[in-house]
Order: sequence, then structure tokens, then C-alpha cells
Amino acid sequence: MTDSVLQVRPLDGAMPARCAVIEPARLRSVCEAARANHERLVALWGSDETTRGGGYALHLALAQRAGLLWLSVPLPPEHPRYPGIADIFPSANRMQRAAYDLCGIHAQDNPDHRKWLRHRAWPGGVFPLRKGFDSASRFPPSDDRYPFVKVEGEGVHEIPVGPVHAGTIEPGHFRFSIVGEKILRLEERLGYKHKGIEKRFESMTLEEGARLAGRVSGDSTVAFAWAYAMAVEGASGTEAPRRALELRAVLLEIERIANHLGDLGYLGNDVALSFGFFQFWRLKEDLLRLCAALFGHRYLMDLIVPGGIARDLPRGGAEQLLERLDAIRAEVATLKSIYDEHAGAQDRFIMTGQVSADLAEKLGLCGMAGRASGIWRDLRVDYPIQPYQRMAVRMANHTRGDVAARASVRFDELAESARLIQALVAGLSSGDIRVPLDATPGGRRGVGWIEGWRGDVLVALETAEGNRIHRLHPHDPSWQNWPVLERAVTGNIVPDFPLINKSFNLSYSGHDL
Amino acid sequence: MYQLLKQIAKTGIVTEPAPNPDENLRQLGQRLSEQVLRHFGRALAIRHVDAGSCNGCELEIHAANSPYYNLEGLGIKFVASPRHADLLLVTGPVSRNMEVALRRTYDATPEPKLVVAIGDCGCDGGIFGENYASCGRVANVIPVDVAVPGCPPSPTAILQGILTAVSASRLRA
Repeated sequence: MTDSVLQVRPLDGAMPARCAVIEPARLRSVCEAARANHERLVALWGSDETTRGGGYALHLALAQRAGLLWLSVPLPPEHPRYPGIADIFPSANRMQRAAYDLCGIHAQDNPDHRKWLRHRAWPGGVFPLRKGFDSASRFPPSDDRYPFVKVEGEGVHEIPVGPVHAGTIEPGHFRFSIVGEKILRLEERLGYKHKGIEKRFESMTLEEGARLAGRVSGDSTVAFAWAYAMAVEGASGTEAPRRALELRAVLLEIERIANHLGDLGYLGNDVALSFGFFQFWRLKEDLLRLCAALFGHRYLMDLIVPGGIARDLPRGGAEQLLERLDAIRAEVATLKSIYDEHAGAQDRFIMTGQVSADLAEKLGLCGMAGRASGIWRDLRVDYPIQPYQRMAVRMANHTRGDVAARASVRFDELAESARLIQALVAGLSSGDIRVPLDATPGGRRGVGWIEGWRGDVLVALETAEGNRIHRLHPHDPSWQNWPVLERAVTGNIVPDFPLINKSFNLSYSGHDL
Repeated sequence: MYQLLKQIAKTGIVTEPAPNPDENLRQLGQRLSEQVLRHFGRALAIRHVDAGSCNGCELEIHAANSPYYNLEGLGIKFVASPRHADLLLVTGPVSRNMEVALRRTYDATPEPKLVVAIGDCGCDGGIFGENYASCGRVANVIPVDVAVPGCPPSPTAILQGILTAVSASRLRA
């Protein structure tokens, strides 16, 4: 896609981002050109513009070489519809269906018109993200039939799993079609955790929204809070102080280490190596306790706020953090060699839940799982913001795309994050950690885009008058990766599903909103 | 194998003492008899239900299974089905999309049973509150014996809530 075709306008903020408005008739050709150019669909959502003299709008975020492009497609107030793009970007399928459920904007010529986030909480024909919809509305439970794709043939049967699972896992439904032990097809149904997050944002001020952003997906609270702060800072023209940016990066890398430690433990647990679970969770607990001591919260919630951070690293904190990371790094190296040499574990890890680079590229697999399947993208490397600009982040990479590859990427990223934290803490700038937020007029846009531990987290914001939110879309990378999980398990045996699932560890809450 | 055994020996036992029950967390009077409680105290089967959380509380329930807390050493075990459970540990504001699943899970749990609501959202709906998609606190959907606040509550607080649920109420004693 070239700028001569699109009228683009740069957006203020830390990330290189631009926006453009196009007519629905041009949507498909613009997307086809983007696809041919190896650009990625980051997110797709809808908005109601009827209170601002328009109709509705479809929004797309595309990852271009130069940065993020936010495309808006104005749609009429009567029968808002647009040509669907799920054949160009397969990950758009569920996003288009969610945009219909919430905003009532219709993707034409999309073969899959089933509802997605709407179950029984509200009836068809009612759209919660429309401005006229009262958030307190209650409806009698509506019909919740959902036609799963049926696999037929001799010996084929179905296993329905969830929404309440057998372990401590978030709720979702998995419909397995199997023959013997072998999975022929998996179909996911998500949306059980939909709790009206996007509507809730619209009742908040820009300051208040930070707390909610940190609770879109609790395991990525730092990534979402930073993306939110970045979007608000972009929209209001605020620049967070240097020290705050450096400490944000410290927090983000701690979050990455904590999640990788937990998941590496569970990968051991899922192959009956409970030793691994107990060892990794001991290390994770040590880190969480230090976070509570240094920052007042085990998961670092509510520390990143628009304008900076809410709490500084206490005196002596740097030394404690470095000491803890050294200990974790040494123990993880020992545990890695135990995992690597454990024949039983490796037998379960290798060639299990494989996603080839071709499939990953086609479906838009992203983040940590993408990097294990030859999709070598990382915002910290591709579009380094402060303080990553001077860090030269080394991107983890693998090509085999199986459980072992995802474990390997996690080990590599864990070590790299520890290195980054050590470098950041050693060179911390002095000065303020927070600046006041300027009053923000309505109609301003801001984007936040952060490489969380799972993948890239996006927050797209449009402000309303009085420091409020007109529309905010938080996007978790799980949107892209959930459909790939369906493909990753095909041909594997049912007992390997928990292992494959954990190797991705996707967010339900971040997806269901 | 040598390295694995060496690591186990080097780590030693890291388990810490369990917290005492806290009567302030109790929502309803103790519904179970002393005899049942004595039984539960030594072999409590828990079924966790995430009814719509942000997944923060789940992180802490996982952490409660770490060797620092050693739940199984206290006789507490997480089980795979509500039909095997004595106690339901429920997180989240209850999303309307999970309301039926939560009720069915409660109904599938055999009597006598207990419910512990986890986290600010489980206690009062938290930041999500009640809206078109959220029923708010757990007690709006099923009876709650003990509610543990926190965002998220620490593993010690969760453990304390569980132990409170299976301890004799001072009011009754």
C-alpha cells in the first residue's frame, strides 16, 4: 500500500502510527494490497458515530513496515455494512462477528455469520456498543443455540469440553471431533467471560480507565496498562518522563519472566514431570514476593498510569532485583538442562502441536508462539520505543513450531528479559516518574502498542469531551492465536491437548472482553 | 536423573505454616456440623470455577499450589469435577454468559457443600460491577459462605478463606 493511494495523517505518540479514512468500496483492495505486502492485521473493531453526526464505522489496525496504520471506514446509519475481509485476513473472521454482535455492523459475503461474543445475555438485534444502549439493560435469557461444524464418518464422535474445565483454567468451550484417540477437528467457542469491558470504558475518565485497562487480562496487566497509558499520552500530547519509561520496561520484562516461569512449570506438570512444576513455581513465587516488596503488588497492577508510573523503585530495590534475577537465571539454566535431558518430557514436547511457518503466516500467528513458528516479529525489535531504542533486544526465534519450540522460545526470552532488566536498572535515569496529564479535548486519537509476554497488545483510543472516552478498543493477541490452536491440535491425541493449549496459554478474558 | 535429584535435595522443603481462619471473611453462619467439618478438615476436595474473572485470581490460585503453600499437605486437593467436590472456589464477577454454567456446577456439587468467593469482583463485582453482561458478585447467583477480598487476594488470603470455610464458626461454638 502506498501513501499516494491513501490520505494518511500521523498520530502523536510514542509508537510510529498513522491513520486514514477510506470508503467501504475500497476496503478489499486496500487489504489485498496490504496482504501482498506482508502487512499484518492487528485488530478490527466497530464504533458508533451517530452522536457525532455520522453513522457507524469499521476500524482496522494494520502493522506496516513503517509502523501502525489505523484505517477507519465510515458506514451509513441505516444498514451499516462493509465487504468482509476474512478471506484476505483469516483472523478477521471472529473479529468481524464480534463487531456485529457489539456494534451491529455487518460483514458482507462472509461465509460464517454465527454470533460470537453474544450468547444469552442479550438478544439478537440489540447492540451493546451502540450509544443508545443503556449499559444497565437486562434481558431475559435468549436462545443460545450455536451450530458447531459436524464431522461425520465411521467411528467419529464428539467430546464437548467446558465452559467449566477440569483444572484452574478460564472458561471456554472446546468441541473435539475424534476418531479413536486422534483429534480430527477442534472447534472453539469463546465469549463466556464477556463482561462489558468496552462499554465500561465509555463511562470512565481517561484517568479512571487505567485501572480497567490493567484488568482486561490480569496476566498481562503491565502490557495493557502501558498500552493504555501510551494511547492516552498520545491523545493528550503528554510525554512520560524518561525514568518512568525505563521503569515501565523493567515492569514489562518482569511480567514476561513471571509468566514464562509459570508456564514452563505447567509444561512439566502436563507431561507428568511435577518436579518441574514445583521448581518453576517456587522461582515464580520468589519473584512475585519481591514485586510485592518493591512495588506493592505481586503482579504489578496499577503501577503504570497515564503520565508515568505511580510508584518509584525504592532505595536498595535495584540491588535486590538484580540479586533475585541472578539466582533465577542460574536455577533456570539448571532446570533447562534437566528438561532438555528428560527423555519422557522431550518425547511429549517434540513434534507435538506443530504449527508450520506457512500456516502461521497465513493465519497471522503472532507473539511468542509466532516466534516459535518462524514468524520473527517483536515490537521491541521492529519498532523500538524508549527505552528499547538503546537496548538492542535479541529476538528469540525458532522454526519447528511445536511444544518444544515454544518452550525453547520461553527459555530464551526469560534469559533475555533478565539481561534487559539488569541493563535498565544499571542505567536508570534520575528525575520525575510522573507528569500531570493535560486536559484532553474530544475527538483526539491515540494508540498504544506493546509487546507483552504473549504477543502484541493494542489499545486504540478516541476521546470524548471532558477527559472522557468515546471509544476504546483493547486488543489481545489471543484473538489471532486462538484459531491457530484449533489447527495445532489436529492429528494429535486428545491427552496432548492440555499440553498444547498450555504451550500457547492464550487469554480468554482478554479476548472475551 | 542425578541432576534432578540433586536439585530436589538442594531445594529442601520450602513450605510455610498455614494461616489461621479469619471470621471476618464469613458471609453466612457455618452451615456444616462439627462432624462434617472434622472430616473436611482432613480431606477437602475443591472445584475451582472461573465465572468471568480477568484471570488475576487464577494466577494466585495457581500460586497457592506452589510448594510454599503445600495445599495437599493440608489435605486440600483440587478436583476435576464438581461431583467430586466439597467446596467451590469461585472467581470473577459472574458474567451473564457464565451464569447458567455456574448454577449447574453448584447443583452438580453434592451436599454438604461450601462456596468461597475469591477477589474483589467475587465479593462485590469489583471494577466491572453489574451491567448488561455481568451479574456482579458471586452471591447474586449462588449462596456464598466465605468471601475473600483482594485484587487479586494473595495465596495466603485464599488459603485463609478456604480454612475459614471449613472451621467451626465461633458464633455457633
